[in-house]
Amino acid sequence: MNNEQVKTLKNNAFKIWAIIATSIGLIMLAVLLIKIGMDGLHRLSFDFFTALPSRRPEQAGILTALVGTLWVMVTTAVFAIPIGIGAGIYLEEYARKGWWSSFLEINISNLAGVPSIIYGLLGLEIFVRTLHLGQSILSGSLTLSLLILPIVIVSTREAIKTVPSTMREASYALGASKWQTIWMQMLPAASGGIMTGIILALSRAIGETAPLIVVGALMYVPFVPKSVFDSFTVLPIQIYNWVSRPQAGFIINAAAAIIVLMLITILMNGAAVILRNRWQNRVKW
Amino acid sequence: MSNIKKTSTKRQSEIVSAESTTAINEKLLGKNPSKPMKKIEIKNVHCWYGDFHVLRDIEMAVDPNTVTALIGPSGCGKTTFLRIFNRMNDLIEGFRLEGEVMIDKKDIFSRELRVNELRKKVGMVFQKPNPFPKSIFENVAYGLRVNGITNKKIIAETVEHSLKQSALWGEVKDKLHKNALGLSGGQQQRLCIARAIAIEPSIILMDEPTSALDPISNSKIEELIYDLKQKYTILIVTHNMQQAARVSDRTAFFYLGDLVEFDETKTIFTNPKNEKTQNYITGRFG
Repeated sequence: MNNEQVKTLKNNAFKIWAIIATSIGLIMLAVLLIKIGMDGLHRLSFDFFTALPSRRPEQAGILTALVGTLWVMVTTAVFAIPIGIGAGIYLEEYARKGWWSSFLEINISNLAGVPSIIYGLLGLEIFVRTLHLGQSILSGSLTLSLLILPIVIVSTREAIKTVPSTMREASYALGASKWQTIWMQMLPAASGGIMTGIILALSRAIGETAPLIVVGALMYVPFVPKSVFDSFTVLPIQIYNWVSRPQAGFIINAAAAIIVLMLITILMNGAAVILRNRWQNRVKW
Repeated sequence: MSNIKKTSTKRQSEIVSAESTTAINEKLLGKNPSKPMKKIEIKNVHCWYGDFHVLRDIEMAVDPNTVTALIGPSGCGKTTFLRIFNRMNDLIEGFRLEGEVMIDKKDIFSRELRVNELRKKVGMVFQKPNPFPKSIFENVAYGLRVNGITNKKIIAETVEHSLKQSALWGEVKDKLHKNALGLSGGQQQRLCIARAIAIEPSIILMDEPTSALDPISNSKIEELIYDLKQKYTILIVTHNMQQAARVSDRTAFFYLGDLVEFDETKTIFTNPKNEKTQNYITGRFG
């Protein structure tokens, strides 16, 4: 074998390895989707969405979990969005660049990597016990807000960074204050990136189970929550609950609920991609 | 600040033409039109970026309604010099200035003059056209909006007036609500000029306004500068010797942080006193 042949061989070997690596991920996902679809698709019906949980699998539905998920998502967004954007603006526009801002930056990035159960323990201690908010939607949402804040903060900063500094200068040169410049130029120009970050953060929160179990989301909620102080359950916990039951019927229910949860996540991620593309097309510096 | 704000809101209904806005500016900054005086006077000005001494002992006086060209090789401090007058250098960390900078006999670094008020009076056009990613109309209206003007009729009239003054009205009047980023480079730069003059400054700073433009746009902007001189005092940084010779009344030559020579443009280009100036304008270095 001469030198050229070795080169070609190496080239092809590398290509095949890359294809196999990609396929493994895709095949696993496809197997999962097909299995779940075969198990659960036939269980999806109008009743499945409107029925309360039940001891009999064929009568049980996801109404309380779905409503609980919606409550938790909306409340989490209410807390995490303003605080996350505010902190992102502070770090990017106001904080002096120095050891302090680097210190904050490193810590925020680290927070994004802390296991979610740790946030659950924090929420249990602060919100449930110290602030006496109980095992409520409020406690759960505040905990999830903490969990996704780093993502919102980092994406806000990144989005603001992409706005060229000439925009900032042009605004200041017209006599605009810092607040006006941020509010009327920087945020609108960065809004696409910020929204993408928020949606991705929320779609992470929607799948979280561990911190909510710690905070005290219930396995079995026979009523629809009416306010943020009610106890609650969410889809992932409902799924976890059903999967751990011995009856085969509940396994089918779990598969159907997984399909619902997956559809919600895909819709949210899709919206994030569309927003990002529209934003990139609209703004050409 | 609250006083100024109050005056301008109370007076808002009266702002119908350019003249009355100018009158407010004059009242605010104590300009007395009956007595001719220097528009800009600076003395013993030194600037630093950290330890780097970027401008050394600059002294200069500029008459109203003139065009002053600032020339010199890259890195000589002329852009820094230009950005003193709207205090744009303040945005740069580590920037420090010593000395006296007076506009209309008022110290621009005094505590009584807020930097936003100064920037309303001293407009700026940047090297690269930088319209906001908004409609043409909103680009020009932005300066009015941030300065507290909300009357729609006044805003619409001022936008039209400013676009006419910057010789852009004919080209954009049918697409005022289209995104400004769709305009050509030359049109964008004239839009930036319209945006700057909409808030009726009395000084306009231009930082190489035509360096990113084609020759036709270039000559349009130069004609515009000539027209704008009737109402405004203009300082322009340029690397183009012909441009300096064509548009300016006086020319200042900067070299390595020193103001080497400042004189009538004609004198600078035909009979410079300093050898460095001579070498620079004849293209021997730079």
